[in-house]
Amino acid sequence: MKKPFVYVDNSATTKVSESCFSAMLPYFKEKFGNPSSIYSIAHVSKLAVETARKKAADAIGALPEEIFFTSCGTESDNWAIKCGAKLAKKNGKNHIITTNFEHHAVLNACKSLEEDGFEVTYLPVNSEGLITPEQVEEAITDKTALVTIMYANNEIGTILPISEIGVICDKRNVLFHTDAVQAVGHVEIDVHKQNIDMLSLSGHKICAPKGVGLLYVKKGIRIPNFLDGGAQERGFRGGTENVPYIVGLGQALEDASKDILNRNKRLERLRNKLIDGILNRVPKVRVNGSLKHRLSGSVNFSFEGVEGESILLLLDGYGICASSGSACTSGSLDPSHVLLAIGLPHEIAHGSLRISLCDENTEEEIDYMIETIPKVISRLREMSPIWNE
Amino acid sequence: MAMEYSEKVMDHFMNPRNVGEIEDADGVGEVGNAKCGDIMKMYLKIEDDIITDVKFKTFGCGSAIATSSMATEMIKGKNIKEAAKLTNKAVVEALEGLPKIKIHCSVLAEQAIKAALADYYKSKGIDPEPILGKIPPAESCHIHD
Repeated sequence: MKKPFVYVDNSATTKVSESCFSAMLPYFKEKFGNPSSIYSIAHVSKLAVETARKKAADAIGALPEEIFFTSCGTESDNWAIKCGAKLAKKNGKNHIITTNFEHHAVLNACKSLEEDGFEVTYLPVNSEGLITPEQVEEAITDKTALVTIMYANNEIGTILPISEIGVICDKRNVLFHTDAVQAVGHVEIDVHKQNIDMLSLSGHKICAPKGVGLLYVKKGIRIPNFLDGGAQERGFRGGTENVPYIVGLGQALEDASKDILNRNKRLERLRNKLIDGILNRVPKVRVNGSLKHRLSGSVNFSFEGVEGESILLLLDGYGICASSGSACTSGSLDPSHVLLAIGLPHEIAHGSLRISLCDENTEEEIDYMIETIPKVISRLREMSPIWNE
Repeated sequence: MAMEYSEKVMDHFMNPRNVGEIEDADGVGEVGNAKCGDIMKMYLKIEDDIITDVKFKTFGCGSAIATSSMATEMIKGKNIKEAAKLTNKAVVEALEGLPKIKIHCSVLAEQAIKAALADYYKSKGIDPEPILGKIPPAESCHIHD
């Protein structure tokens, strides 16, 4: 029998979709012109980029001129945060508000601003992996330059109250940025209605390739450039446009924003089946983060008495690709800052397992995981000195 | 196979040797702590200074389990004086290398054996320190070779 291959690490990256891939292909070898050039194939490239911009804008309720293509989510975050802060500094503001469980692109951009004299408030998330709009409101001072809060968490999948925070920031006249890398395609986003000033997203989480992202900046907000260069992106982001990838991102965003509610219903059913299956079969396990405010395809378990990397290696042996927040998988000596932020003790955080589904995952794959994960956990527990049945 | 683990490491992780406990062990040693993400517990059966049986239980990553397994293989049937000389380096070599970030796992394996031997010596009324040296308490996660 062929070894199964079950890819359930879609929060890490996704497979490029057929529709995205075929949309990109002509722009490598046939329509390869530089959009800035003057002849006809260059114009074809230019049109392709502008079509992608329109698709991207439509997917999040923005105007095309509010979309700036970048190289990745991290670049978008750095641009929004560092340059948003720079803009506000001109008005004598030096305070930033974020949370303590952001992606490192946001956390480390904030750390870098601290070195430049900014003060950063890291709002603590609660045990459910959520913050309240009131926490944001209370933290805002007349020195606050920027609020940057992720739309959905990459490790535990919780969805934050972005619309409510948007209302507050609008009322208090504070720039509001959200890292929506994990949320796009899974929640319906309308940047104007939600009072979002800046939004980062990344292609490879929504079935476009790695190496392309975008930053939405609301019309009228003139944040300084992050990457100085030529006249590309109307002079706001230099560098020759990555035409095939931008085309791919446009296509992927168009696909990802279609039929979100029905896709979510299906994913939620599969995810809940997985959660029930694991909780019924494995003792001493918990689900990390709010069950209610959660991405439809995402679940993060903690298994007592076992370590995450061992879980992943054994699952890999069964053809299952997942991830963990243990120290050994984070490449540091501490487990994930997200799991510590929601109050998990180190030893429980070490035993975490994140499963993130996509539309391609099937009921059979869920059944296979419900059968396999308990086997792997009990095998590791049998050799664990801290496990007592 | 996954990561930068050698085939030997993966073999000892997937098929660990000598897993379990020894109820009437002559020496038991435990090192590491759950906070750091790895704990190793070693059980020794010793007759006439020969390690006749050894078992381990480990909570930890792939290399923690593999180094425990390899270390037990390397001391089984050996004289306790010889076993006391087992270094983490020898374990790493026997496993055909470990990623740099995982070297501390092999240090834990060496210490677990020393801790079990120390327990044995103490039960015999012998001070283990002149024989084994000091075994550092495993309170810190920052153990390096």
